[in-house]
Amino acid sequence: MLDELCQRLEATAVATAIREGSAWFPWIESVHVLALTLVVGSIAHVDLRLIGFVGRGRSVADTTAAMLPITWSAFVVAATSGALLFASNATAYAHNDFFRAKIALIALAGVNMLAFHGLVGRDAAGWRDAASTPRRARVAGALSLLLWIGVVACGRWIGFTLSAPT
Amino acid sequence: MSGLDAFCTWLAATAPSQWLQNVEWIVPAVQTVHILCVAAVVASALMIELQMLRVGGRGAEVAAMARRFGPFVWWPLPVLAASGSVLIVAEPARSLENPVFVLKMALLLLVVGATVAGIRPLRTDPGYWERSAGRRAGARVLGAITLALWVGIVFAGRWIAYVRAA
Repeated sequence: MLDELCQRLEATAVATAIREGSAWFPWIESVHVLALTLVVGSIAHVDLRLIGFVGRGRSVADTTAAMLPITWSAFVVAATSGALLFASNATAYAHNDFFRAKIALIALAGVNMLAFHGLVGRDAAGWRDAASTPRRARVAGALSLLLWIGVVACGRWIGFTLSAPT
Repeated sequence: MSGLDAFCTWLAATAPSQWLQNVEWIVPAVQTVHILCVAAVVASALMIELQMLRVGGRGAEVAAMARRFGPFVWWPLPVLAASGSVLIVAEPARSLENPVFVLKMALLLLVVGATVAGIRPLRTDPGYWERSAGRRAGARVLGAITLALWVGIVFAGRWIAYVRAA
């Protein structure tokens, strides 16, 4: 069922062009890397603020408002470029453990973010310094940071375990 | 055989290089650290340079952004140099003899110059880029150039894997 879906995806004109053209893959991959550095870099600022490592003179809400537009626009680009790269060799990616782990970690990071906003994020404007940042907020920040580091590591390991250039 | 060829051959035969070549997880692990630092740098640089592009909007905000995000542009650089050096020792010819690697280093020098040119005047005059129409135009041009250089650096980094060493 999954394999059949992957084969259909690989057979599409776009996937075939990316797979068979000599330059499409590296260009799309470059866009993917640029976008993911912006996703991870901007989220890391929010996480480090939550932990209380930086920007204690500024509220969490301030930091979040400054970074999230970059996070979301970069995430759309990273997801789109990632989907194109996946399509070009769908079966191999779908069976790659590091690819599977990467998707799982991104999902966990999403769940962590939703849980944070639901449970502790509502009164974020009130936390003016680390001393008053609730423990749960610090845990959410640290967890997010670790999950995204894992995402980047898995992404890099895909390159070494799939038969594409590293 | 050129001097550079000879150097790469010698370096690849040294004990540290041999060790790096034989421990499979080292290169992807160091690349992961490298990408995480790139993430910190480019996301922070984007925050500063976007403010350079918006100069003349409100107050001395470029200076505030530079104070807030400048450290995240500068202090990952030693880690990037160290992790990059490990990658060179692991695969000397892949990088040192690769025209894209040379391009990346050239762009890096330029982006450091462009970033310093944008931030330095703010030390003595936080409103430096707001003072005249000419300076505001200069800030926008400098911001656009700096962002383009960072994009070039990230793209070149990925293309090192695809362009054959000369």
